[in-house]
Amino acid sequence: MSKSTPPLPYWADVVLLPLINLLAALCMCGLVIFAIGENPFSALKVMINGAFVYKGALGYTLFYTTSFIFTGLAVAIAFHAKLFNIGAEGQASLGGLGATLIAFALSSLPGIIALPLAVAGAALFGAAWGVVPGYLQAKRDSHIVITTIMFNFIAAALLVWLLAGIMLEPGQFSPQSSLLPEQTWLPKIHEILGWVNIKTTPTPLNASFLVALLTCLFFWVLVWRTRLGFEIRTVGQNQDAAHYSGINVARVIIITMAISGAFAGLMAINQIQGVSHKLILGFTAGYGFTGIAVALMGRNHPIGIFLAALLFGALVQGGTELDFEFTVITREMVLLIQGMIILFSGALAYMFNPPLARFIAGLTAGREQSNG
Amino acid sequence: MNYALELQNVSKSFGLVHANQDINLAVSPGSIHGIIGENGAGKSTLMNIIYGMHRADKGTISFDGEQVDVRSSADAIEHGIGMVHQHFMLVPTFTVLENVMLGSEGGLTLNGGRATALKRLNHLSSTYNLEVDPHALVSDLNVGQRQRVEIIKALKGGAKVLILDEPTGVLTPQEADQLFEILKVLRDDGVSILLITHKLTEIMDITDTVSIMRQGQMVGHRKTSQTSSQDLAELMVGREVLLEVEHTPATPAEVRFSAQELGYTNNQGVVELENISFEVRSGEILGVAGVSGNGQTQLMETLAGMLPLTTGSINVLGTGVTSRDTTNPRKIRDLGVGHIPEDRHTHGLILDFEARENMILGFHKTSLAGSGKLFNYSDIQQNCEAKMGKYDVRPSNSRLSAKNFSGGNQQKIVIAREFSANPGVLLVGQPTRGVDVGAIEFIHKQLLKLRDEGCAILLVSVELDEIMSLSDRIMVLCDGKNVGIVDSAKADRSTLGLMMAGQKQGSTI
Repeated sequence: MSKSTPPLPYWADVVLLPLINLLAALCMCGLVIFAIGENPFSALKVMINGAFVYKGALGYTLFYTTSFIFTGLAVAIAFHAKLFNIGAEGQASLGGLGATLIAFALSSLPGIIALPLAVAGAALFGAAWGVVPGYLQAKRDSHIVITTIMFNFIAAALLVWLLAGIMLEPGQFSPQSSLLPEQTWLPKIHEILGWVNIKTTPTPLNASFLVALLTCLFFWVLVWRTRLGFEIRTVGQNQDAAHYSGINVARVIIITMAISGAFAGLMAINQIQGVSHKLILGFTAGYGFTGIAVALMGRNHPIGIFLAALLFGALVQGGTELDFEFTVITREMVLLIQGMIILFSGALAYMFNPPLARFIAGLTAGREQSNG
Repeated sequence: MNYALELQNVSKSFGLVHANQDINLAVSPGSIHGIIGENGAGKSTLMNIIYGMHRADKGTISFDGEQVDVRSSADAIEHGIGMVHQHFMLVPTFTVLENVMLGSEGGLTLNGGRATALKRLNHLSSTYNLEVDPHALVSDLNVGQRQRVEIIKALKGGAKVLILDEPTGVLTPQEADQLFEILKVLRDDGVSILLITHKLTEIMDITDTVSIMRQGQMVGHRKTSQTSSQDLAELMVGREVLLEVEHTPATPAEVRFSAQELGYTNNQGVVELENISFEVRSGEILGVAGVSGNGQTQLMETLAGMLPLTTGSINVLGTGVTSRDTTNPRKIRDLGVGHIPEDRHTHGLILDFEARENMILGFHKTSLAGSGKLFNYSDIQQNCEAKMGKYDVRPSNSRLSAKNFSGGNQQKIVIAREFSANPGVLLVGQPTRGVDVGAIEFIHKQLLKLRDEGCAILLVSVELDEIMSLSDRIMVLCDGKNVGIVDSAKADRSTLGLMMAGQKQGSTI
């Protein structure tokens, strides 16, 4: 029999545990950096400056954050129904395809119509890519982890086929589409601020950041304030009880995967309608997979996901700076740091739970004894 | 003479919960010692400590006068302790012999182990009347036989102390009697038996001595011959209890709920229900008796729309329900059927949800959850607190997760939810399973009150006493078939027991 662990207070579970995990990851990274002959503290300083302080740094950080928010929310909504959606990567790829196709199809329409429809196209294509594994899980009992992984490969192959074939920009050798019609581009945040006469450094940060924040709000209302959200959480907690209470479990699983896929699909608008303005092969760059870590670290709550996404955004941006400043710290070292954080806050998220819980239980028991 | 088993000042805490506090217990060799207490009184924890599954925080355990440190169940077995768990720990696809061999396989080719185990098995079966075919597959045995295999397993290592955890829960009265005969033979042979149960009659029938637990403490030790059921019940709950509710005569009115030639075949092709017909009238309780596993669960779930009917039809308050609509619990619910499921943990509650969320489970699409598109949590909470007050749910904290309530209070949450919807028909499964005596009385009174308000109630329970004290008519199921329906006023335990074993009595409508 395992030793029993006292329950961890809510605040410690939500705040303290993630912080301890982060600290442990940073300590490990510090050791590695020390081992290769650099000062971990100056490296940390460069990372923080690179992510938040230097001119335009914050804009870049928030740009990466935006992508992580979308994929994090995608994984999290599926988690609420106890579905492990590994397919955010593929759903985001399809989202990019959807945004691109709709944008080209509506090139004759004004931006006020074409732009939101292209955004909707990203969500719709992503949703469609989520629905198929959802359907297979709900009706055919095919495990969602397996099917979503396979759908990542199918999505990647589909994009290669399209971008090296009929969608390839004429005269272009790298697999990418032509430029989207300009009215479907999302405005940059520095442009929006420019309209009200606030001058800021140009960065890739664009309006999809605002869409991401709205999606966070939508997520919260959906999960905790709507009937559908109640059904999603019920199915996630106990499918037998859900069936007993009259919930159509299969339907909820399919709908949840549609929403999850739509969130993942929206990640594409940040990259494609926001910055590159064309569909480029591999634009998802692993954000879909990192979304799993973001959701885990953010405890499937939009506020947590925002903070975790910010952390990962800062890592990407600060990591680039680290690469510049130190000759021995390379791009691969930055990946190592990310890997450590994913390891500690994802795979080992509850490693410190038992000792922390015993420590806190000991403290409270001690206080009660001294009071009593 | 040394005691076969002696505990002194054994304590065990889980976090801040004192599951066992300063437990003292002494069991003489060659005696049957009962341990009785409500659910959550700490009986299972105590047995797990003796059997080495938990370690006591303090206190000592002695076997045959020798103080020992039991660190694992292997240690316990070595010291001569055997345990028969409530849920059997057998491999169904193995033969009886193979199950008995588990843990002493005797080398790579099993040959040595097989021969010794067979010898030992035959010796035990002939000595203690534990008749069972060593080469039969466990999956082909009935529950009583499986239990015998468990007992043989426990005894094969030469156990001096045999612990039985709620052994009769799954047996017919006749099978239980057979078990008790076996236990008496074992006792006369010098084995000490520790019998854990919550059934007072068993304690009175078979034990020599009894210890009573309440809230993690031993509250009394008695010689069975010098005590009474009433005395034990009072010790268990700490106050006087009515053991049976006063069953006023029913005034049945129109038929509200009926089934015609209902049948259910599961997806492996096993016929689980066959040709079951019955009627329940407004203002009466139809009890469904039977040894558990004879189709009660399937009956409840087909009636509630959770399993599809294979044949036959159901009529709810004048609306016919056929096989096509019966996989939709929402449809049945919307017709006015309330359902208290047999297993509140798998069906009735979401343990990680707060009480207020559990109070709208199944009603989340109604105005109970809010009049508009979004949930109105202040209404939900107020509503929940009102129901918690009315149905005496303690603590009355609507923000507490369901898992933090005791079994009885969890059940009261389910009851509050289902009763408050004013059902015209109510399906009730095991309403008091794992519920303490105080709450049982409350739940029984509520059921009778609902009946008198005109509800048609179908009651399934493995507790024959519960069926007999609440029902107006009793239908007995055996092997998925309706053996007969009898008037409860004319039913006695032995008739019902024979019917549960499949002998037809009474009418079949």
